Amino acid sequence: MTQSPELLRRLLRAKDRMDGASHEEWPIHRLAQVSAVSASHFARSFKDAFGVPPHRYLLTRRIERAVALLRDTDLSVTEIAFQTGWRSLGTFGRVFHDITGENPRSLRARERSFPHKREHVPECIMRAAHRPDLKIAVSEKRREKVIERIEPQSTEVLL
Amino acid sequence: MTQGIDVVGLYVRDQDEALAFYGGQLGFSVHTDVRNGDYRWLTVQHPEQPSFQLGLFKPGPPVHDAATAQTLHEVVAKGAMPPLVLAVDDCRAAYERLSGSGVEFTQKPVDRYGAVDAGFRDPSGNGWKMIEASTKPESQGSK
Repeated sequence: MTQSPELLRRLLRAKDRMDGASHEEWPIHRLAQVSAVSASHFARSFKDAFGVPPHRYLLTRRIERAVALLRDTDLSVTEIAFQTGWRSLGTFGRVFHDITGENPRSLRARERSFPHKREHVPECIMRAAHRPDLKIAVSEKRREKVIERIEPQSTEVLL
Repeated sequence: MTQGIDVVGLYVRDQDEALAFYGGQLGFSVHTDVRNGDYRWLTVQHPEQPSFQLGLFKPGPPVHDAATAQTLHEVVAKGAMPPLVLAVDDCRAAYERLSGSGVEFTQKPVDRYGAVDAGFRDPSGNGWKMIEASTKPESQGSK
């Protein structure tokens, strides 16, 4: 699927805008406007260009920010959920767990239990390297976990 | 200095546009601008860094076949090229100046542990971080 570089450059602008303000609401029509394409083409074009649908991309960025705030600040989980764009603490906790595999409090405890040695990489770039990898839908990820519980037996046979 | 890195290149979609950006907006000067048929070797320099040239190269013939050139144009436009870092003395002042001249910023200046960084893109899609180092003396692990 070939996309014109001119279109890709405009889609990148929408991605940049989500990166810059992931706590804001980014309905398709708003993103489409940034990219100067029709709303109906935007979601498909974005996924073709960047491999994930725009909303899913936004979720990874929000969780990434939440993880950083849990690690680097003393803000409460509620405050972090609010600051990273969630309106419901329940949704935040569920999506957070689906993406990272743990809940915000245990991740904070674990992140703080060992010292970090990464001050020689620019913080802004390090942040991107720690971005959660969300290739599949959150609901798919949950389904996969059920399968994982069954699968170890078959891999043991292979070993 | 007789040994070291001399030129590192970027891919850009249009060399005139890139020159207007890196020269006109960022204030770099042209080091070399030589044409040979369709090919144009274009490098610029930071005014305070005469030992380093930044190449502004356009994918295409004779170096690339059409399909490869198209792929490279796509990768650049998607912002998928490696990170670039510009060191500045005063990130906020540079941000004010550059955003005023129309540079497309992706991130306003942010304080991180004493350092200040902002992000911008060139017209082609290459992403830059503009970093003002922390004034606190810090030990460098690499030294």
